Amino acid sequence: MADLRELYQQVILDHNRSPRNFKEVPDANHSAEGTNPLCGDKITVHVKVADGVIEDVGFQGSGCAISQATASLMTSAVKGKTTEEAERLFQAFHQMVTAPGGAADTKLLGKLAALSGVKQFPARVKCANLPWHTLHAALTDAAEPVSTE
Amino acid sequence: MAHQASTPTPTPTARPKFDVQSVRADFPLLREQSRGKPLVYLDNAATSQKPQAVMDALQRYYTQQNANIHRGVYQLSEESTAAYEGARANLQRFINAAQPHEVIFVRGATEAINLVAQSYGRGALGPGDEILLSQMEHHSNIVPWQLVAEMTGAKVKVIPMTDEGELVLDEYERLLCTDTKMVGLVHVSNALGTVNPVKEMIALAHDHGVPVLVDGAQAAPHQPVDVQDLDCEFYAVSGHKMFGPTGIGILYGKTELLDAMPPYQGGGEMIRSVCFDKTTFAPLPAKFEAGTPNIAGAIGLGAAVDYLNGLSWDAIHEHEMDLLRHATESLESIPGLHILGQATNKASVVSFVLDGVHAHDIGTIVDQEGVAIRTGHHCTQPVMERLGVPATARASFAFYNTRYEVNALAWAVTKVREVFG
Repeated sequence: MADLRELYQQVILDHNRSPRNFKEVPDANHSAEGTNPLCGDKITVHVKVADGVIEDVGFQGSGCAISQATASLMTSAVKGKTTEEAERLFQAFHQMVTAPGGAADTKLLGKLAALSGVKQFPARVKCANLPWHTLHAALTDAAEPVSTE
Repeated sequence: MAHQASTPTPTPTARPKFDVQSVRADFPLLREQSRGKPLVYLDNAATSQKPQAVMDALQRYYTQQNANIHRGVYQLSEESTAAYEGARANLQRFINAAQPHEVIFVRGATEAINLVAQSYGRGALGPGDEILLSQMEHHSNIVPWQLVAEMTGAKVKVIPMTDEGELVLDEYERLLCTDTKMVGLVHVSNALGTVNPVKEMIALAHDHGVPVLVDGAQAAPHQPVDVQDLDCEFYAVSGHKMFGPTGIGILYGKTELLDAMPPYQGGGEMIRSVCFDKTTFAPLPAKFEAGTPNIAGAIGLGAAVDYLNGLSWDAIHEHEMDLLRHATESLESIPGLHILGQATNKASVVSFVLDGVHAHDIGTIVDQEGVAIRTGHHCTQPVMERLGVPATARASFAFYNTRYEVNALAWAVTKVREVFG
């Protein structure tokens, strides 16, 4: 159970139960869809960017606690940030959940550090990465929908 | 090896009572631990564990019999050919095919269906023709037909299912029409456990002169299969789901259809003579077995059939139905848990969802207790769509599972509530 408590921390359960920014963004100028074909998780990320700053961001879709909480924490973290800052957060997050033994930049990641336990569950890493890849696709106006496979 | 049958026999010798502990002893992997706890393996619909007899057959083949088949004039090649063709005869008896050449060795049920879709479908289908598939097909009995529909201009039509996970037979009868040129049916649903009334549905298709392919991947590990009694044109079986090795399976086809069909793949083994002007093809079954086949796999699958012949289907059925009842009752008593798939005739599969918790989170948490179940859409996205869920957790039982393991599953699921509150 120790590893499980590490994975399902209170902040994750809370964001899963009441996700922040679970909404459409009416005047969004970027959006992308991401799927995890293995489990059927689907997420759409809507972003409103003005002068390089993420003024508003929201997500919709369904998925496990890890992907929902990540999307909730991610959207809360990137709102008000520049797109470059958001990409830096993505890199730091990716390193935290994948790099073997690598120390994560917890100061930069803030509440997102709660997802560090995912690293112990290799099958679940893609759940945490899906919202980030989808945000990245939205910001770069990727033509193809995102897939974790 | 208490019950390794050395001589294949179509009539299984019944044990007085199903002795699950003795059966478990034949499956070495069931003695493994997972996450420091005894492994509780409940993902048999994905793949089954293998009895020692199957591993022994593979070992024996590679240590004593390995040579290419059908070609060598030397003794070793004769022996490996005899072992390979012996396995075919074994499989023929297992599904009660009329002829050994009606059993084609393929990689698995997926390849069997692709073979029929490409070889039979491309010739038989044209613009406006309809392929009828049930809503509960595995993707492997949907996508090959979509590919051939794209090539031929045919359309795929869907036989709907009820909330309980049973096919709507009235609707099926209504859909059968002069445009229908092929019917594809799953015998036992991997996602819900529904056992479909395929014999009745085949007869209805035949009333319209329509051939039927049955996907038997989930039926063969649980019940006797008699293709002559079913009267289906094609039947697909996956070896690794019925206690055999991976990468081997069979396609059953009626002789007259297989004879009329063009080859699926070209190469060695499948020819009579080759010159650059014209090549003539070998007779069945070689016509559909281009290249060196999975000889070891076929022999291993033959050994799995021998193993099953040493058990009694009646005893297996009784034991699996006891597991199904016990699992249904135990899981249903957990607050917020809902079982999907409540067909009257059901195999030992329990698909479920838990209010407020995604299936993947259930899978991760029960795994910590050593319990292996499948979570996700089970390659049946149309079923998930129909039932309005993104994914389910699924426990699928084999005859070597026990009531104790059902209890372990139920206990592990209560842990989910502890974590999620």
